[in-house]
Amino acid sequence: MPADFISSLFVFILSAFLGIELIKRVSPLLHTPLMSLTNALDAIVVVAAIIIAGRHETRLATMLGLVAVAASFSNMVGGFVITDRMLSMFKTGKAAKKS
Amino acid sequence: MSPADLQQIIDFTYIAAAIGFILAIKWLGSPVTAKRGVVIGEIASAIAVIATLYDPQVSQLKWIIITLIVGAAVGVPLGMVKMTAVPQRTALSHAFGALSAALIGIAEYYIAAPGVPRFQMAEIGLEVIIGSLTFTGSLIAAGKLQEILPQRPITYKGQNYVSLTTLAAALGLVVALVIHPEMTFLFPIMIGVALIFGIMLVTPIGGADMPTVISLLNSYAGFSASLLGFVLNNKVLIVAGALDGASGFILSVIMCKAMNRSFTNVLFGAFGQVQATAAGAKEERAVKSASPEDAAAILGAANTVVIVPGYGMAVAQAQHKVRELYDILSKKGIDVKFGIHPVAGRMPGHMNVLLAEADIPYDRLKEMDEVNGDLPQTDVALIIGANDVTNPAARTDQSSPIFGMPIIDVDKARTVMVIKRSMAAGFAGIDNPLYYLDNTMMLFGDAKKFVSDIVRELSGGGH
Repeated sequence: MPADFISSLFVFILSAFLGIELIKRVSPLLHTPLMSLTNALDAIVVVAAIIIAGRHETRLATMLGLVAVAASFSNMVGGFVITDRMLSMFKTGKAAKKS
Repeated sequence: MSPADLQQIIDFTYIAAAIGFILAIKWLGSPVTAKRGVVIGEIASAIAVIATLYDPQVSQLKWIIITLIVGAAVGVPLGMVKMTAVPQRTALSHAFGALSAALIGIAEYYIAAPGVPRFQMAEIGLEVIIGSLTFTGSLIAAGKLQEILPQRPITYKGQNYVSLTTLAAALGLVVALVIHPEMTFLFPIMIGVALIFGIMLVTPIGGADMPTVISLLNSYAGFSASLLGFVLNNKVLIVAGALDGASGFILSVIMCKAMNRSFTNVLFGAFGQVQATAAGAKEERAVKSASPEDAAAILGAANTVVIVPGYGMAVAQAQHKVRELYDILSKKGIDVKFGIHPVAGRMPGHMNVLLAEADIPYDRLKEMDEVNGDLPQTDVALIIGANDVTNPAARTDQSSPIFGMPIIDVDKARTVMVIKRSMAAGFAGIDNPLYYLDNTMMLFGDAKKFVSDIVRELSGGGH
């Protein structure tokens, strides 16, 4: 078992517990924006895709990396755009009357 | 600056990004701070992406920049879809996320093959399997939500055995690759089997179970990113994936509880069989139907109204008409609230987003438990396009397939009005005794048209 594995597991377990505690507190009102936001955050996979595509180790790896860059970056951009749009729609009684 | 220094700076930006992600989710907790959460999430992601472009391993940026632009060009329109299309967009983004995680895993494999160390082989194998099955599963879910594919569950005899055998085969191939890394031809077979399993996983699941399935796929997409972080020893992927995975997991648990069903029950579905038995037991009973005039008169005379929306409202695109109804009743001094069942619609929070889009203030949107406390003192409960989530059989009839499912207790209101196309049963295929109660009035017709007829009556006849 590589030494990295243990430190990775450490990070994973702590983040998963933290995630569970944080997400339990999200109001059900916002469950749809929650899903689109976590999707956008998850698209950070794009950094791994950039590294694979930029290392140019094999032609196949570069091609796969580039497709992954496009797929994950579209998720990142689209996820933030739609979350922002959804949240702009949530207004309190007073704010809704003003608009 | 030496490459090692640069690498360290990049690692620090990844730590900053991880902190940003955690704050983003924390601030999303309440509508007041939610927008701040999006901003910090955007900043964190941008920092990490820009830093990565300076990574010493990365050369020939031209193609990467072009691909980023292509990704953004695809992403923006996907972010601008109509609110009614949000469930299928979400399923599609799970597919994209899982696809990129799987592709990176596949690339890593072929860079190292055939000499992949055993431990890493196991990680890559699992990662690629989860990514691949989430990819096809999410595509099927998106197809069902977009109604390209039939929404009803597609089942056949012995299906669960076939599906589980397929999954076992994929896992078996990983074991084989760990033991015999030189047998590289097994890797594409493993990918193919995982892709097929994803299709098998979602095809038998019906429209009404979509909130759970979308949440589960969300969780798988997150965990595939996390596993990729293990493969690449990249901690920011592990953090983001774990947060996303935890989110999907929590949402699936909430959805399952709201249907009083277990994970296995949703995944290895029972509703297909339920449909057949429940339909047979149906009997003909009299219902009271009413016209828009009658409905308007009763609503106009009420002091408190609770509106319970369901998927039918989304299908009929009735949310803007419902807002007009809300406005006109509120102006008359009537207290109007919305009772939102956790599984109403096709994804978690679906109804809230549609109603917020129609400019209904979010403080009027109440959770099931809260609204259930008010219903016994409510004059009118108006149900628009919801069925199973209001079925009192869930409370009273032990033989009912949905017995034990928490429902919105609309039957406790003084008058119940149900806008419905016909007497056809809901997605669960179960008859709803609510419709035969003495205090229930059935309003037959298209939700949008019926609500606008009521609005016209209330505003003093045609304008």
